Formats: sequence, structure tokens, C-alpha cells
Amino acid sequence: MIDALLAAPNGSGSDLAWLQPLRAAALERSRALGFPTIKHEEWRFTNMAPLLQLPLHPARDPAKPVSLEDLKPFTFGLEGPRLVFVDGYFSGALSAKGKVADARIGNLRAEKSPDVEKHLARYVGSKAEYFAALNAALFHDGGFVSVAAGKVVEQPIHLLFIATGQDEGAVVQPRNLIVAGPRSEVKILESYVSLGGAAQVTNAVTELVLGEGARVEHCRYQDENDQTFHIATVQGQQDRDSRWLSHSVAVGGRLARNHINSILNGSGAEGILNGLYMGRGEQTIDHHTVVDHAQPRCESHEYYHGILADKSHGVFNGKIFVRQDAQKTNAKQTNRNLLLSDNAAIDTKPQLEIFADDVKCTHGATIGQLSEEALFYLQARGIGYDNAKRMLIRAFASDMVDRINLEPVRTALEEMLTKRFAAA
Amino acid sequence: MLDIKNLSAGVDGKQILKSLNLKIGPGEVHAIMGPNGSGKSTLAQVLAGKNDYEVTGGAVVFNGADLLDMKPEERARAGIFLAFQYPVEIPGVNSTYFLKAALNECRKARGESELDAIEFLALVKNKTKLLELDPALLNRPVNEGFSGGEKKRNEIFQMAVLEPKLAILDETDSGLDIDALRIVAGGVNKLRRPDNSALVITHYQRLLNYIVPDFVHVLLHGRIVRSGGKELALELEQRGYDWIIEEVAKNGAKS
Repeated sequence: MIDALLAAPNGSGSDLAWLQPLRAAALERSRALGFPTIKHEEWRFTNMAPLLQLPLHPARDPAKPVSLEDLKPFTFGLEGPRLVFVDGYFSGALSAKGKVADARIGNLRAEKSPDVEKHLARYVGSKAEYFAALNAALFHDGGFVSVAAGKVVEQPIHLLFIATGQDEGAVVQPRNLIVAGPRSEVKILESYVSLGGAAQVTNAVTELVLGEGARVEHCRYQDENDQTFHIATVQGQQDRDSRWLSHSVAVGGRLARNHINSILNGSGAEGILNGLYMGRGEQTIDHHTVVDHAQPRCESHEYYHGILADKSHGVFNGKIFVRQDAQKTNAKQTNRNLLLSDNAAIDTKPQLEIFADDVKCTHGATIGQLSEEALFYLQARGIGYDNAKRMLIRAFASDMVDRINLEPVRTALEEMLTKRFAAA
Repeated sequence: MLDIKNLSAGVDGKQILKSLNLKIGPGEVHAIMGPNGSGKSTLAQVLAGKNDYEVTGGAVVFNGADLLDMKPEERARAGIFLAFQYPVEIPGVNSTYFLKAALNECRKARGESELDAIEFLALVKNKTKLLELDPALLNRPVNEGFSGGEKKRNEIFQMAVLEPKLAILDETDSGLDIDALRIVAGGVNKLRRPDNSALVITHYQRLLNYIVPDFVHVLLHGRIVRSGGKELALELEQRGYDWIIEEVAKNGAKS
């Protein structure tokens, strides 16, 4: 994969000097790790090999422009600042500045903020897993948001990544950096969608840096076409008393592998990791989460729900580290799965490594079908079987969607659920 | 209205109802009493269409239609209502949303127009009073976190909204204190009309002090072994079931 991408570089070479050693180290890292196979413990349940069958090459700047009209179904009705990338290339024409005074918002390549050098690729780089390291080595562009200390950005900021779905084997490697200064507040929606049906690869990384007391809500929504391979890392670096509310809604792709990591690096920090994955057809949707309690008195809450239909396959692997210094840790992890067919499958695995002694850690995973008792109860009141099923599936999904505070996103997701389960 | 002929049914190969016969006319209230394990709840579930039970013989005609041929939702829309012995909690499904959907399905089946949100809320407000039900419960998921008494009242409340032709109350009195029992029974009585009927299934005579039946049947080993007026219930209260069990053992069933 690496050689295919290096054979035709996509302009990552025109970088600033300080970035070069980071890129080189990251490239070395991915070479050392090698393309993951199911023999790697971390990849046991998710076979990436079919990705190598694609005619891989770096994504090209799309020849055919995307219109604002094309964009409409994907804006979630948000009217605030929006950065749009088409096959990884920033589109000024499709983006909107919005009226946000207290934040710097722009594409990374054009950004001159000192925060870029200070933070970019410092958290997910030469120590990351294969794909995240590859992204650090070869990423082209992405979104940059920086909020000054004490400032509250009311309007949600939308980072929208559109795959043209026209270029089979095109590898898009977006890189986002979000820096929330001390006591600042910001809400980010990061979404990934496709226009066409060709098999592309998205390999995205987002680093979020939360200063002391910062509050960030980050909602990731992935609904790319069912041929696409989607790999992602979202990493939250949390300073003391910060609060990160993370959502990962994954419904698209042929194979999606998401790493959602929270590093609780200051006492009193709180990380809330929510997830909703819904597979159908032969999709594989994999979430690997890491919550790293590095300092005392931090809280983490993880709620992941999966709904798997047809022959789809879900993976949830939730790691919680509680380091020796992290006394008074409170960590909770819940993964619930609904299997809608006999051929759907889920591999779920909690992994707790606790080195402190005064901690509270709980975890639980459930796998189930729709409740026959509940179905009969609804039917006995006159509600048809299919409708009753839909009601119950929706209820299960809504439990996650309700946790999203971004109102327009929540509404759009409710509509998506209604549409998705209309023909169930 | 309801005509059960030689109904036999069971679960997992075990025969529970054995050639049961029962006729219920319009406006009539029938009580079915019997010891535990006699088949009372099975009868309720079979009539409502629970597919865990296998009907092995007989027929059930409801207002001229073959009830056993209908899906549970079709039975509900045709006017059968089962008040569950153990109402099911359904997390994530809002009570109001659920009941509005149910009512509109039933109305559609009857050829009536669907109610909009405002009309529905007006109706609901009215009926919650009847059951002295806290309207705030309706903002919660169906039965979730309801007390035992609230669940039972909610069943009768749903019945009040759906206005069925035949209400089957499956041990609605179990787990109710005397005040709750009065409220529930009062609700049922206020809903009585000359053209709708009720089948009240109970282990104890107590409920029948409040919902006065026209007929009382004793169910034993899956068949009705004795039928009478409301005085039969009083006799059972005083003497228990043993004398009937002995009589049946000696003479077989009689009406």
C-alpha cells in the first residue's frame, strides 16, 4: 500500500520544513508495522486484505466540480461555518466562513497559526498504528479549528468530506486538528459521505486538543458508499477538567475501522465516548476505543450500540487503561448489540488494564435479538409486525442519538433512522 | 360475539386447553376462575394470538370471522383487547407515540379517520382522569419504571382509548391493593356498553365484587367444568376449588 501511494505523491511534499521529520518518522513506523493482517491481535476480527485488491493511488484533485446542489443532502441543515473537502482537496467555493469571531477555522495547508506546528501530528504520528501513521506520513489537507481561551463558539462547525466515488482505488487521507483553548467551548461535526459508487479508501485522522476546562462535542458521521474502505483515528488529548463528548455514528462503507481514543491527561477530565453502528448487507463496522486514564480523578463513560442486519459484521473492542497515578478513576463501558438476522455477527471485547488500586471500573456487553414479548405487546394493540419491529429498532438506536446535543444533527439522524427502517 | 368451540391448544407439545367451549354474547361480562395451572392465561394468550401456543383443534369465531386465522394485530384491530397479566416494559418507545399509533391503526381498520396530535391529546386527557392515571407517565417509555399498580392502570387506560369490542382482563387484579383495584374496576365498569363484552380472568373472587359478572365459569385442567351466575364465584370464595376438583374426579365435567 505504501509503495502505491509513494509512487504518485499528491503534493504532501510541499510542506513546511518542521513537518518533514515527523512525516519521515511516521512513514518509518508504518513500514515497520507492515500492512495489518488478521494475525495481528488488534486486527483479528477485521480482514483488511481486500483493500489491497484495489488499484490504489493517491486521490487526484477531482476534474468535475461538485456543486452546492450536490452538497445539500449532506449539510444537516447547518448554517454555520463549513469546510468542504472533495476527495481530500479543499473547496473554497463549497465552504462557508460563517460568522464566528472567536475561532480560527480553515484548511490546514493554508493555515499559519502557531498551533499547527505546536500540535499537528504530535499525538497521532510516529507511535500510531499502521493507518494512522500512514496518514501522518502522507496526508494532504484537512480541517483546522482553534478556539481561543475562554471563548464559546455557539454555532457548530462542520467539516464535510465528500468522496466523489468516481475514482476506484483513490486513497483520501484527511487530517484534522482541533485545538480548544483553556475554558473554551466548541461543537464540531465531522462527516464523510460519497457521491458515486466507486470503491475508494478514506484514511482519516483527527487530533483534538482540549485545554484545561475546555468543553468539546465532536460528532463523527460516516455514511460512505458500500464499496468504500474507511479507516479513522480520532484522538482526544484532554487536559485537566476538560470534557470531551465524542460520538461516532458509523453506517456506511464496505469496511469501516474506527479508532476512538481519549487520553485523560489531567485530573478531573471527563471523556464520554458514544457510538452507534448500523450494518447491513455484507458490511463490516469495527470500533476500537482506548480510554487512557493517566491522571487521578478522571471519569470516562462509553456507550456503544450496534444494530447488525443481513450478513453484516460488527466489532467492538474497548480498552481502558488506568495508570498507576490515576487513583479515584471512574470508568464505565457499555456495548449493546442487536442482531437482526441469523447471519449477522458481532465480536465484542472489553479490555481493562488497571494499575491503580482505588478505582471504579465497570464494563458490560450484551448481544440480543428484538424482544418477542415487546413485539407481541405492540401487535396486541393493533400495530403491525413490521411496524412494531421498526419501533423497537429505532428505540434502540434513538437511545444513542438522544445523547447528541447538536440539535440539527440529532434531528437529521432521527430522519435517517426513519428512512432506514421504513422498509424493515 | 365470541364463540369458542372445542378449542385445544398447548405449548411445547404439552396440551393445556382441552376441547374448551365458551360463548360470549354482546354486552355480557364473563368471569373465568380456576386454580393455578388450569389454563386461564393460556386461553387469554391464545385468543390474543401469541404464537408460542399451538392450537391443535377447534375453532374460535369472533363476530363472524375466524379468529385463529388472524394475526395478533388483526385481532386487535377487529376489537379484541388483552389486558396483560404482566405488561411489558418497552424502553425507548414513548407511551403517547405508541398509543397514538395503535389507536390510529385500529381506527383505520374501522374505516375511521386518523386522529391528529391535538385530537389525540384531548382524548387521552379525558381517559387518564377516568383511571386516575398521572398524565406525566405518558411522556415516559411504555411501562418503563411504572409501579405494578401503574402498569395495570395503564392497561385499562389503553383499553379506554382503544374501545375494544371484547376486553380480556388477564388477572388484572393480581398485585393491586384495594384502592388500585377499585380504580381499575371503576374504569372497566364505566367503559361497559350494551355492545361490548368482557372476559375477566381471575384467581380470586375479590375483583368480581367490583366488576359484577353475568356468568362465572370454572376452568380446570384445560376445560370448563362448571358454569353459573355470580353466586358461583362467592361459593368458590368460601369453599375453595377442592370440592370442584373432587366432584370432577368423581363425575366428570357438568354445566
